[in-house]
Amino acid sequence: MSILRTLHKISITAAALTLLGGCDTVVMSPSGDIAAQQASLIVWATVLMLIVVVPVIVLTLLFAWRYRSTNKDATYAPDWDHSTNLELVIWAAPLAIIIALGALTWVSTHQLDPYRPLDRISEGQPIPEGVEPLIVEVVAMDWKWLFFYPEQGIAVVNQLAAPVDRPIKFKITSTTMMNSFYIPALAGQIYAMGGMETQLHAVINEVGSYDGFSANYSGAGFNGMRFKFLGMSESNFEHWVTKVKSDGDDLSRSTYKELEKPSEYNPVQYYSSVAPALYDAILNRCVDPGSICMKDLMSHQHSAKNAAEKSNVQSETHHAH
Amino acid sequence: MSHSAVIPAAGESGKFEFLERGEHHVANGTLLGFWLYLMSDCLVFAALFATYGVLSQNFAGGPTGADLFDLPLVAINTSFLLFSSITYGFAMLQMQQNKLNGTIIWLAITGVFGAAFLGLELYEFYHLLHQGAGPQRSAFLSSFFTLVGTHGLHVSFGIIWLVTLLVQLKKHGLTTANRRRLFCLSMFWHFLDVVWIGVFTIVYLMGSMS
Amino acid sequence: MSEQFELSKLIFGRLSWESIPLHDPIILGTFIMVLLGGGAIVGALTYYKVWSYLWREWITSIDHKRIGVMYMILGIVMLLRGFADAIMMRIHQAMAFGDATGYLPPHHYDQIFTAHGVIMIFFVAMPFVVGLMNYIVPLQIGARDVAFPFLNNLSFWMTAAGAALVMASLFIGEFAKSGWLAYPPLTGILQSPGVGVDYYIWSLQIAGVGTLLSGINFVVTIVKMRAPGMNMMKMPVFVWTALCTNILIVAAFPVLTAVMTLLSLDRYLGMNFFTNDLGGNAMMYVNLIWIWGHPEVYILILPIFGVFSEIVSTYSGKRLFGYSSMVYATLVITILSYLVWLHHFFTMGSGATVNSFFGITTMIISIPTGAKIFNWLFTMYRGRIKFDVPMLWTIGFMITFVIGGMTGVLLAVPPADFVLHNSLFLIAHFHNVIIGGVVFGTFAAITYWYPKVTGYKLDPFWGKASFWCWFIGFYLAFMPLYMLGFMGVTRRMSHFDDPSLQIWFQIALGGAVLIGLGIACFLIQLYVSYKKRDSLRDETGDPWDGRTLEWSTSSPPPKYNFAFTPKVYDNDAWWHMKANGFVRPTSDFLAIHMPKNTAAGIVVAGISTVFGFAMIWHMWLLAGLSFTSLIVTIIIHTFNYKRDYYIPVEEVARTEAQRTEVLA
Repeated sequence: MSILRTLHKISITAAALTLLGGCDTVVMSPSGDIAAQQASLIVWATVLMLIVVVPVIVLTLLFAWRYRSTNKDATYAPDWDHSTNLELVIWAAPLAIIIALGALTWVSTHQLDPYRPLDRISEGQPIPEGVEPLIVEVVAMDWKWLFFYPEQGIAVVNQLAAPVDRPIKFKITSTTMMNSFYIPALAGQIYAMGGMETQLHAVINEVGSYDGFSANYSGAGFNGMRFKFLGMSESNFEHWVTKVKSDGDDLSRSTYKELEKPSEYNPVQYYSSVAPALYDAILNRCVDPGSICMKDLMSHQHSAKNAAEKSNVQSETHHAH
Repeated sequence: MSHSAVIPAAGESGKFEFLERGEHHVANGTLLGFWLYLMSDCLVFAALFATYGVLSQNFAGGPTGADLFDLPLVAINTSFLLFSSITYGFAMLQMQQNKLNGTIIWLAITGVFGAAFLGLELYEFYHLLHQGAGPQRSAFLSSFFTLVGTHGLHVSFGIIWLVTLLVQLKKHGLTTANRRRLFCLSMFWHFLDVVWIGVFTIVYLMGSMS
Repeated sequence: MSEQFELSKLIFGRLSWESIPLHDPIILGTFIMVLLGGGAIVGALTYYKVWSYLWREWITSIDHKRIGVMYMILGIVMLLRGFADAIMMRIHQAMAFGDATGYLPPHHYDQIFTAHGVIMIFFVAMPFVVGLMNYIVPLQIGARDVAFPFLNNLSFWMTAAGAALVMASLFIGEFAKSGWLAYPPLTGILQSPGVGVDYYIWSLQIAGVGTLLSGINFVVTIVKMRAPGMNMMKMPVFVWTALCTNILIVAAFPVLTAVMTLLSLDRYLGMNFFTNDLGGNAMMYVNLIWIWGHPEVYILILPIFGVFSEIVSTYSGKRLFGYSSMVYATLVITILSYLVWLHHFFTMGSGATVNSFFGITTMIISIPTGAKIFNWLFTMYRGRIKFDVPMLWTIGFMITFVIGGMTGVLLAVPPADFVLHNSLFLIAHFHNVIIGGVVFGTFAAITYWYPKVTGYKLDPFWGKASFWCWFIGFYLAFMPLYMLGFMGVTRRMSHFDDPSLQIWFQIALGGAVLIGLGIACFLIQLYVSYKKRDSLRDETGDPWDGRTLEWSTSSPPPKYNFAFTPKVYDNDAWWHMKANGFVRPTSDFLAIHMPKNTAAGIVVAGISTVFGFAMIWHMWLLAGLSFTSLIVTIIIHTFNYKRDYYIPVEEVARTEAQRTEVLA
């Protein structure tokens, strides 16, 4: 009896949550303009598809009922298996929807390309003259996030802050594993990969504390790779930077090597100053003294001989491990 | 309704001949099957070529193709393999004339050319390893060794097969089954030749130029 | 002393007593259960002296029907394992909130979600699909067996060998903790030094050989062995879909073999294909594995489309609407399935033009798929639909699959994918199409063809019970996951902080339990039907008033399938035969040429298993020995020229006379 009652309660809650919850989730009602556009794209795409999907489901049930074998009133045409007009319709209807959806996809994919600098803060609100995006360099580590603020000269572990209504440009890489940098309230995700850099442009429109995390499984500590993304007013953001500067330590290359060691569920950590070009060194996999940066190895100007000499250096450092 | 027109007019209803009354001989599908296998193998090589294409400039500070490749050696090696394809052709001609001994001799010569090819390839690998240019050195070298090595492995299996077939020819002669096997091995052997031409061009020639 | 140590390393590699997880009560319990259960089965088989029967009639059998049944049994057994993994994850996720950590340690949880995916795709869905094709395709094209019967047996045992290795990983060592596609650099030797990834690699490699061989086998079978008169446009739709699926297998599995080889070269020889340093590129792995992985999705679903085409037409008592449209739709899907792989990683940052190209090609696939759905719909239109259990599954499929298709197309829109990728929405989507498509289709097919295989129908009551449990269970289990996806919940999480999410996971658990009941009902159905086989018996060989050739022969069919090869005039060949006064022949039989059974298949697969195990544990001596003996065995096998025999005409006449008696 009590089980039944619980089940009943669960099903009512479920129904209510589905109806109300659909529109109230972080993905469907986010706080950043990019994510908001992505949400409305989901709605439009779904509506377009429902034009075909609903009739198909209704017709399936209708035909199943109407042409049940016990219904002798219904027409039975056992050899009817072809109708050119009907076949034209059944190919044309999905085709028409896909043409519309394809156009929507082409436009929206270019519009919402994460590499594309923003041209608005929110609907009807262009970026004010002279406002440059805030640059944040993101490093996915085992298993925590490290954020560099090159303008401010600070770095933070597992916490991210940004002023509202100012475009943000994220440059994203990883130390080892492939992760995915995702703050649902702000914008869609993008992979963080070792030795490579991806970018994401976004803006947060409301003050608040939002969840950020890795959306791509990356091993033992993946579950704890979460951080808070803080949308702040301009002045609070200044305060926050000052706080990081006053409370933080120095992130030298040797401190970084310590930090790089795998760890799980890291607390927030502030760094008031950062070794020069550290992000660049992480991206190019040359934090270790003496190692050659990937961008130097890759460039084609180097003659083969030059490269061979460098290889000796590198294999030596390799041995040193 | 539309289909009634498609059905051949075999007289009145009930007059269709529904059964193959005699013994129904099914076409032998071995050659088609083997050809399909070769196509799938071709895709393995395609994946390896693609990988090589992506990684061929990733020297990681290590030696490049231009530093390493000994083109004259590879040219000799290539000619071994090409000759072996020709001699296999002679073996097939002998087979078609029902000459068992001729088939066996040409097949054996093919095997010798194949073995010489393998020998030179192993020498080249040994030389590279000796120079410190092993497959661990860089992604370029990993993909080089894997692509060329996979081809070499195929040639090795080809030689094992060839020797087995020599024994079977000795034992049973040019039976239908053995002829079919000779055909299959011939396809395999020529296929490896074609792949090698790709390797020679893309890996060695283009690698030496860059 | 050190020499002795070296020797034991050479023999045992990394294997030691510590490798056996005696400390984990869950695994230990399972292990004991498996030992007891396995012991009981072996004991029973020995007691009733069925080993030699099993060896002669099943294990060494090259009969496509026997092999088909063995594939289905393998699929069912592995379904139980895969489902056990699923329910363990569901229970864990429903528990692990806030301070509660759940009952699974993270390293175990991570193995479970990997194993669940690998098992369900490679060792449940694949055996089901290949098993169905094995049993049905030769019968539908009027053939006596497949083109290469021995290879068929080998294929099955190689698949079983892969499954055996995955099962072994449960008790000896560990399985991969990497997700079912094992992306590097996580699966590189630096990040995953253990045996888990090696189990993954070798079980897929060995099973992959089996699948590839079976793909070649079926393409040749369908191309070369059709009954006279059956031109391409008279093939049953299931045969068409099987042909396309096997073409896809031949064209996709080599890429999997290649990419697994590259990963193992990285792991075993220290090469740098997918490493972060020295020029490696992990994203190449992701591209390559999905170049196999996306066609794989269609490898699974196409034959199921074929199954539903057969079922809809049969139970509506009507020709399939738009046969040629169906065929072209299948071909279009086959080709397009190679042009969409990048949609699995829009978030890699390939740029807007590349992303939208792959997004749009993905959407285009929904056009032929949509056409198929409409074709089934208009096959029902003006039919006389009998709601036997297979038809229930079909209607359940049509409704469910359309929803799954819709969410799939949604995920094909790159900016939408940016917010839904890797979320539980994605999980819900692919379970929506795999359960709603492949699983529903397999159960429909099993119910539909069961009387052909055994001679008696399945009990409809338990079939309906199973259907409703699965159907409702599916919606309960996965609709909450769609919601959770919208809440920004990522896949593969072993713990949650936000307590408001818990209710959704609890509902999903309820759904999983219901699905478990669905599986139980299915097993009960098998048992009950066996008990009631006399009342469920079908003597005619054609219990559903079928349309295609498999219904023209007895149930179960004789070894040789057809005493005389049928001649075909219509794509509903048997329907046409029945309509035009076909009379079953009772005399003038001939001796029938058939292939002989062989033990070579299980021997080769057995040695391959040993080789795989040795490679996994770095037992180099054993690896060398087993590899050599593998080559030698294959060479010895090629010296066997006597691979066929004739069924004497008396035996054919006797078999057919028995059937005549039964039919009279």
